[in-house]
Amino acid sequence: MEYVGKLFMILLSTLLVNNFVLSRFLGICPFLGVSKKVSTALGMGAAVTFVMALASLITYIVQYAILETLGLEYLQTIAFILVIAALVQFVEMVIQKTSPTLYQALGVYLPLITTNCAVLGVAIINIQEKYDLLQTLINGTGAALGFTLALVLMAGIRERLELSDIPEPLKGFPITLITAGLMSVAFLGFQGLIK
Amino acid sequence: MIKEILMPIISLGGMSIIFGAGLAFASQKFAVDSDPREEEVREALPGVNCGACGYPGCDGFAAAVVAGEAPVAGCPVGGASVAEKIGEIMGVEVGAIEREVAKVLCAGDCDNAPNKYRYQGIEDCVAASMLVDGPKECSYGCLGLGTCVRACPFDAIYINDKGIAEVDVDKCTSCEKCVAACPKDLIEMIPVSSLVQVMCKSQDKGKDVKKACKVGCIGCRICEKACQFDAIKVEDNVARIDYDKCVNCMVCAEKCPTKSIYADFNSRKVAFIEEDKCTGCTACKRACKFDAIEGNVREVHTVIEDECTGCQECVKKCRFDAIIMK
Repeated sequence: MEYVGKLFMILLSTLLVNNFVLSRFLGICPFLGVSKKVSTALGMGAAVTFVMALASLITYIVQYAILETLGLEYLQTIAFILVIAALVQFVEMVIQKTSPTLYQALGVYLPLITTNCAVLGVAIINIQEKYDLLQTLINGTGAALGFTLALVLMAGIRERLELSDIPEPLKGFPITLITAGLMSVAFLGFQGLIK
Repeated sequence: MIKEILMPIISLGGMSIIFGAGLAFASQKFAVDSDPREEEVREALPGVNCGACGYPGCDGFAAAVVAGEAPVAGCPVGGASVAEKIGEIMGVEVGAIEREVAKVLCAGDCDNAPNKYRYQGIEDCVAASMLVDGPKECSYGCLGLGTCVRACPFDAIYINDKGIAEVDVDKCTSCEKCVAACPKDLIEMIPVSSLVQVMCKSQDKGKDVKKACKVGCIGCRICEKACQFDAIKVEDNVARIDYDKCVNCMVCAEKCPTKSIYADFNSRKVAFIEEDKCTGCTACKRACKFDAIEGNVREVHTVIEDECTGCQECVKKCRFDAIIMK
């Protein structure tokens, strides 16, 4: 029971308290790039969720089955990037086949998931925190859901910002960055959730 | 030592090979059938993404062409050369298409059209036209504040020294950005071969036009009567040329009392009959609407140069290719 409780804590902590975008400031590039419309934000979130969950699983296996048994821990970063790049390529193919519109909408941000520090971040945090396989999966999925949550919230706000009367110099990215900052402050409120 | 070098290479290399094989399998499984012609069409396009074709950028147009939704000659910027290339890729014959260029249809410069007040606001035609239709006495005239100049992505419009916009025909790519930008709707797309244009869009009554501009169209219909080809019509107090019918004879411009019709008289040609080819069939003489050809049956005909307007009607009628334009 205690173990299940811990799993729940990991999920909650990575989703809200240590939200990857708004607390750890990872993955800011797609956060600003694909948050213009809720539908594309959801698509991006789904793609990142898939990559993050699978990357967590595979990097876990790579870390403990290959790198640690051979004493090659120093290759961690490059090996993880290799895994992530391959996964992103795969996701890109799947999306191009299944949803050309989403593929068009995501544009360059789709291959850029490769260099999304949130994905590498979650893989490395999994190892640092010494999570077991199930915890790794929960952490990866939770982080991705947190990313999706931040992205969708941002897209919702930006859709409304489009229609509001914003001073000329603040239009576009300036107001988006201010919004991101305020959202980050709001998410600080979750800090007291977990002791 | 060897182990320390080999192990990383083997392990990373092995992982790469496994992932690579997986991706190769996936790429076959998830292969998207894309038409290779789409890429070729995209290559042939100018790539300025101006949107004048009505599709979102050159990629959109290329996809539409391949899908058969857009015409092969649908890119106004690329013109005939691009249309030909795309036609080749798509395997379609392209007929000759006439390039169109933008033209600012107003001659009311600072010499001809007085101002009713001094405008000191921001340099923008849209802003100026909101103040009682702009500073010009004529509410249809070019304000010369350069809204079209800023809209042109090709640097093809400038404000001339008399204060009205003019299009550089060589640079114009017919993207129609300026047409949309002008608050007075003064810019129109005109076939590049056209040498005659009505340089006025004022729909005011003749009396009011005369007050506001020296070269405005007063709707007197003299051009309409003078035109032998039914190509110019007065509607809403302003003459309009039907460029499909106009043969560039320039008679309307000669007759216009206010000189509001522009004609490029320097490019005017006259017919010339080659003596050795002329059989004296009188076909050209009968065809000439200006009585500019003289000569009797079975005798060599000659063109009276002062009467010839260069309408080329005789060239079309001559069965012996005896008439050339000089």
